[in-house]
Amino acid sequence: MRVALFITCFNDTLFPDTGKALVTVLERLGHVVDFPAAQTCCGQAHINTGYRRDAVPLMRRFVDVFAGAEAVVAPSASCAGTIRDLYPALANETGDASLAAAVRETGARTWEFTEFLVRRLGVTDVGAYFPHRVTYHPTCHSLRVLRVGDAPERLLRAVRGLDYVPLPQGDECCGFGGTFAVKNADTSVAMLGDKLRAVQATKAEVCVAADNSCLMHIGGALHRQRAGIRIAHIAQVLASTESERLA
Amino acid sequence: MTGIGTRPGRPLPRFEALAPARLDDAQLRRNLGKATATIRGKRQTVVDELPHWEALREEGRAAKAAVLAELDVRLEQLEARVRAAGGQVHWAPTAADATRIVGDIAARHAAREVIKVKSITTDEIRLNEALAARGIVATETDLAELIIQLAGEPSSHILVPAIHKNRSEIRELFVARLGQGDLTDEPRALAGAARRHLRAKFLSVPMAVSGANFAVAETGAVCVVESEGNGRMCLTLPRVLVTVMGIEKVVASWDDLGTMLQLLPRSSTGERMNPYTSIWTGVTPGDGPEEFHLVLLDNGRTQVLADSVGRQALQCIRCSACLNVCPVYERTGGHAYASVYPGPIGAILTPQLLGVEQADSLPYASTLCGACYDVCPVKINIPEVLVHLRGRAVERQAAGAGTHPYPRLERLAMRLAAWAFGSTTRYTLATRVARVALRLLGGGGAVTRLPGYGARWTAVRDLPPPPAQSFRDWWDART
Repeated sequence: MRVALFITCFNDTLFPDTGKALVTVLERLGHVVDFPAAQTCCGQAHINTGYRRDAVPLMRRFVDVFAGAEAVVAPSASCAGTIRDLYPALANETGDASLAAAVRETGARTWEFTEFLVRRLGVTDVGAYFPHRVTYHPTCHSLRVLRVGDAPERLLRAVRGLDYVPLPQGDECCGFGGTFAVKNADTSVAMLGDKLRAVQATKAEVCVAADNSCLMHIGGALHRQRAGIRIAHIAQVLASTESERLA
Repeated sequence: MTGIGTRPGRPLPRFEALAPARLDDAQLRRNLGKATATIRGKRQTVVDELPHWEALREEGRAAKAAVLAELDVRLEQLEARVRAAGGQVHWAPTAADATRIVGDIAARHAAREVIKVKSITTDEIRLNEALAARGIVATETDLAELIIQLAGEPSSHILVPAIHKNRSEIRELFVARLGQGDLTDEPRALAGAARRHLRAKFLSVPMAVSGANFAVAETGAVCVVESEGNGRMCLTLPRVLVTVMGIEKVVASWDDLGTMLQLLPRSSTGERMNPYTSIWTGVTPGDGPEEFHLVLLDNGRTQVLADSVGRQALQCIRCSACLNVCPVYERTGGHAYASVYPGPIGAILTPQLLGVEQADSLPYASTLCGACYDVCPVKINIPEVLVHLRGRAVERQAAGAGTHPYPRLERLAMRLAAWAFGSTTRYTLATRVARVALRLLGGGGAVTRLPGYGARWTAVRDLPPPPAQSFRDWWDART
């Protein structure tokens, strides 16, 4: 299959290793990855902060850039969620029926990485090796917007050498919430504190998720506290093998 | 504490300004954490018992959406049925109209005292204050409502208004306010003290004021659900009963009421069936109140109805399941919302009832985690409405309204980002500049201090060392 990678602006800029890992996994599975160079940002932060009109040109751009791609795959549940869950209402507001139709059609082809592997490709064992104790934080958008279900856990359990520990109260939000982390910094920190305690209780070495944004929030505090637990995007765990460590 | 609906032009204090003191209150955090976790667990158990729960939710949503789509017709039908059954119906466009109507009824009966149950709608219209101004004393009879009334505090939860208090705090309050010196903090002893205080009221006060959970348009029946029996006393013992009901509480049929009575107790208290369900139709000579008044309150609701996205908030049946699962509510409690309706439902209802510029921090008091939507028994898509209201808040801010502390700066930043992301060249340049700036700030390592609003991030979190190469650069070099 030809897969169009939607890297997301955040991962492009701050977490390029996640994108490399996603390419590695898909190519290992025999698929061809395209990277449409005209892509920029989906506008999630604009929509979620209330700047809806500013996001419309970004939505149009996204639909144009990925027109005709067989599958659009992103290493972010919240960005994939923007396309599938937030774009349709925004497109309707423009009154442009062809845009609304294009948005719906693009959304149906847009996947978060782990759900793409498990649901679309039907793969759970991607041939990875990762000899570490790992816990997984199911991010809110992966759970309750995209409904990826247990796809990430199934992928992790199939990784050789990986010691998987479920995260207590895992389905509770970590407190990131995009601009929430800054606008409501105090409440965000209170939520983060509880998430850190849950992560530490697992005695994992690595906390994994399908969104680097939530991970940057959790990992940023783990690092500040010198907790001795690192973060990794699930794509980097799945890309790791005996010969190459990518997380 | 600020109520809603009676102080036009006075915006609510911002959530983020009220939250820190609540977050620092260790007793509050302990009480709330324990109480919400208990209710969440009970709800999950009884919901999991029903294999058709999702179908029931959809039935509830559809029934509420349908009645809202023909609200005018259903309300007139309700009015006619209530009148036919000997009740009187009053239309109250505003809070001031409603409090005047209730006060006039009390005056006509020379009532110096009223007893109350199901009080959230009357809290919305600040009825107790309005009655006090006319020399009428209102006594809350729901145990939790009584507790917070004695404490002089507003409710902090829709269903459990005193959720922020534990039993030792309640004991201290009863000792101080009810003059019961030898009281222990055993729940039985506390309930007994409240009972002694309230029984005297039930037997002597001539008029009761209640809210309503539902009213059935096809029969004119009004329904109140409660757990203590105090409501039953309120609704049956006084000579005069006045029910103040938001217009969105009407359901079309007895069947729809049946659906709601299955959804509500499982969602709210985690019970299979509600303990005391009072349903009455007009007046019955020789049985219960001699006079029944139904006050139909708008107070902003028709304006909510006019918003095609926001109107689903009117489907709410006040179960408070969304509060109990909300990770924000669980930590700040209800008072940080400065609103009669706290939690996720309050964050979408209050800004719509008041005008979004009056409460424009509330739609942002959420991470959009979606837990509220999953538990809502009538499937209100709360995250969708939150995002929609954020859009309306920004529109109002652009017009110079609202309470945002730095609206121009935020607008400028968002505009700039949108402009930069509008072309690949600008995007590449902007993200490169961001990466270089972060490298400079972090000296090549983790970034521990960001300037400006970024300091709120780095107060407790580092940023990872920014990469030397973007993904895009790597891809270009690879092919």
